[in-house]
Amino acid sequence: MIEVMFFFFAALAIGAAINVVVQKHVLYSALSLIVLLIAMSGLFILLQADFLAVINVIVYAGAIMVLFVFVIMLLNLPQDEDGADRLRWLKFLGVPMGLFLLFMILSTIWGARTVDGVEPRLVGSPEAIGRSLFTDFMLPFEVTSLLILIALMGAVVFAKKEL
Amino acid sequence: MILKMVIVFGGLLGAFAYLSLVERKVMAFVQMRPGPNRVGPFGLLQPIADGLKFLFKEQVQPTAANPWLYLAAPLISIIPALLSFSVIPFGPALQVTDLNVGLLVVFAVGSLSVYGIVLGGWASNSKYPLIASMRSSAQMISYELSLTLSVVGVLLLANTLSLVELVRSQEGTWLGFLPKWNVFLQPIGFIIYMIAATAESNRLPFDLAESEQELVSGWHTEYSGMKFGMYMLAEYGNLTASVCIATILFFGGWNGPSFGPDWLVMILPTIWFILKIAVFIFIYVLARATVPRIRYDQLMRFGWKYLLPVALANILITSFLVAIS
Repeated sequence: MIEVMFFFFAALAIGAAINVVVQKHVLYSALSLIVLLIAMSGLFILLQADFLAVINVIVYAGAIMVLFVFVIMLLNLPQDEDGADRLRWLKFLGVPMGLFLLFMILSTIWGARTVDGVEPRLVGSPEAIGRSLFTDFMLPFEVTSLLILIALMGAVVFAKKEL
Repeated sequence: MILKMVIVFGGLLGAFAYLSLVERKVMAFVQMRPGPNRVGPFGLLQPIADGLKFLFKEQVQPTAANPWLYLAAPLISIIPALLSFSVIPFGPALQVTDLNVGLLVVFAVGSLSVYGIVLGGWASNSKYPLIASMRSSAQMISYELSLTLSVVGVLLLANTLSLVELVRSQEGTWLGFLPKWNVFLQPIGFIIYMIAATAESNRLPFDLAESEQELVSGWHTEYSGMKFGMYMLAEYGNLTASVCIATILFFGGWNGPSFGPDWLVMILPTIWFILKIAVFIFIYVLARATVPRIRYDQLMRFGWKYLLPVALANILITSFLVAIS
């Protein structure tokens, strides 16, 4: 049963991810991205990381993607090809960056070890995640919050012509 | 398990249909008119007549509409609305599944419900639905923050995210008569939750997405028949879900006096739970019949400048008090 679910969610995620890139219309890409995020949450649940799965849906599918969709509708972009032309040079940058990402992912997968005697439910629980956030990963956690604050202030500065 | 699913979802779908009758009857009572009273005694068969009408109406679809999204949007709306009930405990035994992150599941699913409205408005390819869907998405983002933050105080006190444990943490009484409900410990959190939940479920005074006077009928202007019916069901589903969470978090869930023979003791918790929900829904309907709609800039200013800071201050004070006690 779990294998069937895994292949279902994995296929859904890959299909949606390809669709994000292939679609011409921005809104369809955004919608595919939402499907991808939900499929990823399904995979997280199969790994017994319920908390991560739910947070993934709340933060990305429920909040950030709503903003994306909102902006797409607000601008109501026509299906123009100019945008693609203007960003043509990005294609050449895209190949090395994609290869680099692939390298990073593969090295992580090869570097991964199986750890015996760890209950997955204990690693994925809200308590465990909270504890590791406030002990081992305290500094990255705080730095991330600072980063988000800076981004927020930057958005305000951009949006308001005069402060 | 399957029996529970059938009881919960069958009961809910029936309840949603009859909520429309309750709403119309209560509003009629407030406005001193009889309300629906032709179909069956006291209009009791009205929801069934409505349902049949939904089914047999001609399926009208705007030619300029985006065909796939136009069809999918009501489904995208109703699936999250029903999904959140899979974790809500209606009684000690009447719950489809108990997750240790149950509350977050309800919020996650609730945050997805906005897509039904947004896509429905966009796919209709018509100006009023589009305006409504943009309003709705901005409103949902703004009030979701306050909604989520308003319950953090309760979570700090109860120290759990499981809905069953949240209910259990409110068992018993203080001084023998005052029930140990979180509403007495977190009154500010409760008020913020109710305001934000009203905004999330697009009810008056926050029904900017539907406002009949300006937007015809909001995001479902171009929908008719069963597709419109699904939107209605989803709206009542979201309303009921947010009310269920309010009951579980702040009013002790299924807790209540238990007495009588064994069979009564078994079903009493569910009856208490349903009674508490009914009171909340009655208040919501009363609000719809009495409160005027607020303006859009007022909505945004209220959400960001008043509701959110108060919710943050509430968390700060609560965590301080929890830390020193």
